[in-house]
Amino acid sequence: MIAAGILRAAPTAPCAPWSRHVLTPDAWAALVDALRNDRDVALLSMWADSQLVYCLFHDIGTGDFIPASVQVDAGAYRALSPVRPAAAWFERMIHDLFGHIAEGGTDNRPWLDHGHWDQHAPMSPRATPNLMAAEPPQFLPTEGDDLHQIAVGPVHAGIIEPGHFRFTAQGETIVRLEIRLGYVHKGTLGLMRGKSPRAAARFAARLSGDSTVAHSIAFARAAEAAAAVEAPARALVLRAVMAELERVANHLGDCGAIANDAAFAFLPARFGWHREAVLAAAFGAFGHRLMMDCVVPGGVAGDVAEAGILPVLAAIATELPGLLRVYDDYSSLVDRMVTTGTVRTELVNRFAAGGFVGRASGRDFDLRRAPGYAPYSDMAFEIPLLQAGDVDARFRIRAAEITVSIDLLRRLLAGLPDGPLTVPLPLATGEGIGWAEGFRGDIWTWLRLDGGQIASVFCRDPSWLQWPLLQAAVEGNIVADFPLCNKSFNCSYSGVDL
Amino acid sequence: MVWRSIARTLRQCPLTVAPETVSDAATQDLADRLAAASQRRLGRSLAIRQVDAGSCNGCELEINMLNSIVYDLERFGLRFVASPRHADVLLVTGPITRNMQDALRRTYDATPDPKFVVAVGDCAVDGGVFKGSYAIHGGVDSTIPVDLVVRGCPPSPAQLLEGLRLLLEANA
Ligand code: SF4
Repeated sequence: MIAAGILRAAPTAPCAPWSRHVLTPDAWAALVDALRNDRDVALLSMWADSQLVYCLFHDIGTGDFIPASVQVDAGAYRALSPVRPAAAWFERMIHDLFGHIAEGGTDNRPWLDHGHWDQHAPMSPRATPNLMAAEPPQFLPTEGDDLHQIAVGPVHAGIIEPGHFRFTAQGETIVRLEIRLGYVHKGTLGLMRGKSPRAAARFAARLSGDSTVAHSIAFARAAEAAAAVEAPARALVLRAVMAELERVANHLGDCGAIANDAAFAFLPARFGWHREAVLAAAFGAFGHRLMMDCVVPGGVAGDVAEAGILPVLAAIATELPGLLRVYDDYSSLVDRMVTTGTVRTELVNRFAAGGFVGRASGRDFDLRRAPGYAPYSDMAFEIPLLQAGDVDARFRIRAAEITVSIDLLRRLLAGLPDGPLTVPLPLATGEGIGWAEGFRGDIWTWLRLDGGQIASVFCRDPSWLQWPLLQAAVEGNIVADFPLCNKSFNCSYSGVDL
Repeated sequence: MVWRSIARTLRQCPLTVAPETVSDAATQDLADRLAAASQRRLGRSLAIRQVDAGSCNGCELEINMLNSIVYDLERFGLRFVASPRHADVLLVTGPITRNMQDALRRTYDATPDPKFVVAVGDCAVDGGVFKGSYAIHGGVDSTIPVDLVVRGCPPSPAQLLEGLRLLLEANA
């Protein structure tokens, strides 16, 4: 049977808006076998609680999104990583937090657990005390002539998050990059448990500060789905206004930062100027420059003072075409970007990588369009798509998305509906999935409420499926181009370290 | 475009905002507290090494804005450097995660004396919202001595600038 058929044949448990398919360990094993030769089902997310391992699948043919789960049997479940390589990091995360073993997994080295916590499997009811001193990490072996290794991090040279990059190079050429993360693991999922959605939202808002709005929306939508309520129309439009402002601000920052890594100072100066203007406008409109905690389960925290937004958008729209001409005109700049850090379409599809990483390599996927959510479902807008998959393409996707977002913002602000800003959330019991397209790509949040409190939750940042591709993108590039490749991905560390 | 823009900028007033005045009382207060450490004068220039020891990256976004033409940190003699060995100041963000504690301590040890530590953001004060997690050790001062705290979640670039200029004035 094909994978989607096995999923659909399984009995379901209630989960909004899509029922969760409950697989027996045998059915799960059959699913893993079927996925080996079935390219039509993509893995979008994978998480666990103390008893079950969950996945969110995307049936590409029908466009359906299918949540599924399998009971953990004697502390183990059949690994997905041999047939879906993107599952490897999830399996390692699940093992380190809950202690479930992925049998037959491709990589069973620790991930989040660096040996510094008081306990192993701290989120499991059967957490065990950590009695050993931390051991140095194991890296994948490399073999070959004239190879040398370059170890970078966790403390990096720039103003960025910590992580360890282990390069194996032959002369100037990168043969392999291995990324080790987990340094900023804060135990966020554990802190969210047992709290009301309102209290837990502060943690979703701080999973990755640059995507605070998008993560807050995905979390709020999951809580609202689980409690079977809908946020009022005005709140939905205000959320979209914040999300598009966040997208514009981040894309402006990234476009400047990419050019900066090619030592072209003019573009970061101008892009940075506009980024600051957007943040200041966000402060004027919503009271916080990053709009942190402005989206709450049930609606939004406050109303908008929108007067300052439109002039800032107009200034960007006026200057952006000129800035892109500058980018095109300086061959020394373009030369650094084109054919650098290429990711093939086949690979972004295999990893289901979203956002500009996917769309610069031909993967046409944006949650605002499918499965869609209010208010985007009623709006026509372009989703820029390129095929080249290099640094240049990721730069151009961002620049094009700035223009689209400015247009969306103008329409959203012109059509602001009147009405209340929040609805109260009942003390519900239920399971829900929420999603939002952040500037980086698709964010998926799943949670279960028990008597109005979070029993279990997982927020899937887009970077889960993008970081592994950075490892592939830099292969064969020179070490000096790594900053460019890295900046063009701009993955979140905190978002995946949880 | 580049040259026209530069020419236009030369003709107009600068885009960089004028600095706020720094409070005398606060300067004096900090000067007193730093007196012992400031015996060896660093001069009116400080090299800053930023260390993220567990932040959500919100604090980094605003620290990055200090390098923009709007805040232009370097006009005050303050600049970011790539290595702790070149630094006078460590600008530390985040609740200190257990997984970063060792790296933070080693970064501190690699920074030559005299040195100052600025804890940036509510998380850096005492762990902030992440306080009490199995993965969090505490605020910055749980691991290395702190000289100055800039609160906020995240602090705005203007607040960061004020804090750093306090350090500069108190140190001059
Ligand atoms: S203070 Fe706020 S912005 Fe800074 S790291 Fe903590 S949660 Fe993030």
